[in-house]
Amino acid sequence: MLNISGIHEGFVLDHIQAGMSMRIYHDLKLDQLDCTVAIIKNARSSKMGKKDIIKVECPVESLDLDILGFIDHNITVNVIKDDKIVSKMELHLPKQVKNVISCKNPRCITSIEQELDQIFLLTDEKREIYRCKYCEEKYRRHAKR
Amino acid sequence: MRHLMSPLDFSVDELDRLLDLADDIERNPQKYAHACAGKKLATCFYEPSTRTRLSFEAAMLNLGGSVLGFSSADSSSAAKGESVSDTIRVISCYADICAMRHPKEGAPLVASQKSLIPVINAGDGGHQHPTQTLTDLLTIRSLKGHLGDLTIGLCGDLKFGRTVHSLINALIRYPGIRFVLISPEELRIPSYIREDVLTANNVPFTEAERLEDVMPELDILYMTRVQKERFFNEEDYVRLKDFYVLTRSKMELAKRDMLVLHPLPRVNEISVEVDDDPRAAYFRQAQYGVYVRMALILTLLEIEVQGK
Repeated sequence: MLNISGIHEGFVLDHIQAGMSMRIYHDLKLDQLDCTVAIIKNARSSKMGKKDIIKVECPVESLDLDILGFIDHNITVNVIKDDKIVSKMELHLPKQVKNVISCKNPRCITSIEQELDQIFLLTDEKREIYRCKYCEEKYRRHAKR
Repeated sequence: MRHLMSPLDFSVDELDRLLDLADDIERNPQKYAHACAGKKLATCFYEPSTRTRLSFEAAMLNLGGSVLGFSSADSSSAAKGESVSDTIRVISCYADICAMRHPKEGAPLVASQKSLIPVINAGDGGHQHPTQTLTDLLTIRSLKGHLGDLTIGLCGDLKFGRTVHSLINALIRYPGIRFVLISPEELRIPSYIREDVLTANNVPFTEAERLEDVMPELDILYMTRVQKERFFNEEDYVRLKDFYVLTRSKMELAKRDMLVLHPLPRVNEISVEVDDDPRAAYFRQAQYGVYVRMALILTLLEIEVQGK
């Protein structure tokens, strides 16, 4: 069993779908943070079989919960202070995501317009469907990028 | 300031007011002849579309306004690499309202985000063409007297035809609408319309392949052209382009007050011999297109014309 030490102040992202941790690492721009980040892949989980975990030693305010909610709103966010879990944050599907995913429709204006934000809007919460704000092309949340 | 990007931008009440205004324009054109005096419409057409552009220009001229613009990307600053956002900022300095057609989907929306003047989407790729839908609604309401309680046959390319998709989305807001979807297997309505729009809203519809089988039940027959540019394979286009041809003999199967609509241009799908049939309404539809664009320009410019 591999041991990763606890963190004094920061957050732990638990119950990440196995294999998704690197995507989250990049999308949350954790590579740009000057703090300790531990990525645990394929940890054993009674609930999920296998899961990924990310531990980050920095204030939770630096975390963009909207992006995380978009990637997977089932992830558990444990906030750690003084070595203890002080709260768990709930994630929701954000109403819109900006510059996280790109429109794949070659006929979309985003394919040619300079410096245009890539914006996707949540159009069907039940079925977790996002559509490009400009051309309405569908993007499924769990589709491979 | 309002823009028009999709036919659903207007509520049913707002749409009713717009169509009422178009009705009044049709009845009293003189009353509106100088309503836009001193105002300018910019027609920014990044791809050719003679009919839509001329319809907009005729609408503005009928209102006493002036028009300026370009009719292809080659003759605009886009050829030099200017963004849509920059172009509309400049156009905002020259005109009071802009009608934009662009091959890229969402381009008019991008323009509206930076514009200082109302922007009308005059067609963005295969995405939206709201003024065609407004034209269709005005035509149906004017010639039938109402927009509900109708059986509407949509015939031809139901897969790629954006006018058909927009019309369905607009008409399901009225009670008693029923659709008959007539197309070859390859050009059937996409599932995002069949399931997400029709089934999800409990709108009754049937699908058919033979036009003759369903003609007697229709109040409106909306014909569409099979568009060559939508096909990757020339063979498929050749095989499907003449799948439906509306002829005088097929018209004999229809109700006496059925209307034939078509967004135009027509190629082979309606035989010329049908043009003389009083039920052929597609050229009158083009006229209604001018009235509804006049009403739209007045509405977006917030110009109210008083008196009789």
